[in-house]
Amino acid sequence: MAIIKTDNEIIWKRRTTKKQLYIWLAWLVGVSIVLFAWSIISEKTVWFFVQDAPRQAADIGGRMIPPKWSYISKLIRPVWDTLNIATLGTVIAMIIAVPVAFCAARNTTPHSSVRVVALFIIVSSRSVNSLIWALMLVFILGPGVLAGTIAIGLRSIGFCAKLLYESIEEIDETQVEAIKATGASNLQRMTYGILPQVLPTIAGVGIYRWDINIRESTILGLVGAGGIGLQLSASINTLAWTQVSTILLVILVTVFISEWVSAKVRGAII
Amino acid sequence: MSKSADTSKYPEIWNKPPFITNTTLRWSIIIGALIYLIAALGSMDINPQRIIEGIPRGQRFIASFFPPNFADNRGVVWDGILESIWMAIISTVVGIALSVPIGLGAARNLAPFWVYITCRSIIAGSRTFPEIILAIFAVKLFGFGPFAGFIALSLGTIGFFAKLLAEDIENSSEAQAEAVKATGANWFQWINYSIQPQVMPRMIGLSVYRLDINFRESAVVGIVGGGGIGATLNTAFSRYEFDTAAAILLVIIVIVMVLEYASSFLRKWVQ
Repeated sequence: MAIIKTDNEIIWKRRTTKKQLYIWLAWLVGVSIVLFAWSIISEKTVWFFVQDAPRQAADIGGRMIPPKWSYISKLIRPVWDTLNIATLGTVIAMIIAVPVAFCAARNTTPHSSVRVVALFIIVSSRSVNSLIWALMLVFILGPGVLAGTIAIGLRSIGFCAKLLYESIEEIDETQVEAIKATGASNLQRMTYGILPQVLPTIAGVGIYRWDINIRESTILGLVGAGGIGLQLSASINTLAWTQVSTILLVILVTVFISEWVSAKVRGAII
Repeated sequence: MSKSADTSKYPEIWNKPPFITNTTLRWSIIIGALIYLIAALGSMDINPQRIIEGIPRGQRFIASFFPPNFADNRGVVWDGILESIWMAIISTVVGIALSVPIGLGAARNLAPFWVYITCRSIIAGSRTFPEIILAIFAVKLFGFGPFAGFIALSLGTIGFFAKLLAEDIENSSEAQAEAVKATGANWFQWINYSIQPQVMPRMIGLSVYRLDINFRESAVVGIVGGGGIGATLNTAFSRYEFDTAAAILLVIIVIVMVLEYASSFLRKWVQ
């Protein structure tokens, strides 16, 4: 905060001149990076296509209306598959994420080298998108729901384990000490001192990730890993735009319902 | 009934209280989950023969990832990474620039009802569809290349950033807003001096986090033609150059790790 005094008045300013200068400098650097990035992107853009885009959008939009409602009957099975991919994937992820989280948390890890391995599992699972996991798993397991489920599972381990180990690190140590004072073994300390404290988080994180996974599993079909994405990419490739809009609406409704369920359940738990 | 309490009836072993205390609810959840599991696994039609066939194929597939080959396609990988970085930066900046007005409009304590509903539905729409679906349409409209990816990622950013901004504004302290209003500030001064300082630290952290997400997502929008490292990765996969693909994946992991550290550092520094 700074006050500038001139001959006849006193002006309050939020920052001193020096601080203001630094902020301007940071802005200058930031803006030049953005402009540079923009120049690179625009160099690689065919502007004719971009100018053409509004016409294209109107064209495709016109072809999408009205949605082909009769197609919904064929979408029930894909939606069921999508739900299964998300749910079973989340279950697999949670089964693996809980021990990984206990290894990654500073206060429960058996050894610091184990912690490094656990952290590496978390980061690599988080960095590789589920679509890339699916791409690789389709090679190994063949196209289908199973590849998608495992892809979702592998992708979610990192997310769940990260949130869990952060909450394990934040637990109340006094309760663990109380259990320890009764002469409890390490495992008993874990199950009676730590687990009850993080159980709501485990349930909450699982539900939260399930909600995200519903959204992610709608696209896995693009690489052949099952679910509604299969129908979506088939419809787009055959230019069946009325089917595309039906599928998008079905996805919208599914996601809304899952988000509502997730919010309700999390509200009840926490 | 003896006069003294009959202690032999008390349980000797203490049991943990269950997580869900309502017995009916607990058992209906457990039984429902079991029925669902059977139904879901039953409809998955797992083909064991295909999996057995796939195992040696998978081993060969994984073996062909090693050692990662950084050398052969260095130029292409480098170009792809740079393109992804520029794409992530520009789409984060544009996305945030678009989400600020939408976020302000979606805060119930700032906006009138019809603005609130409009902005909330924009956010809901953007959040529902994964970046990939947005990218498919962007590629259809704008042609192949990073521009389509940039549009998809910017639209994806709106759903994330505007929602969190709106929630943060709704949770900000009324008192400060009222104090600034009492000085006779106009609407822009009011937002700038009472709301903005309250939400800014968290928003800076979130924007770095979003940059991180956009970089990660830029690795997949390329699969549908949106440019960036994803396009390079997809080419490497379809040319069966798995050693190059492994190199690309490693580079992505390293950059994400660096970004994650940078973002947690920056968040600590801002707060």
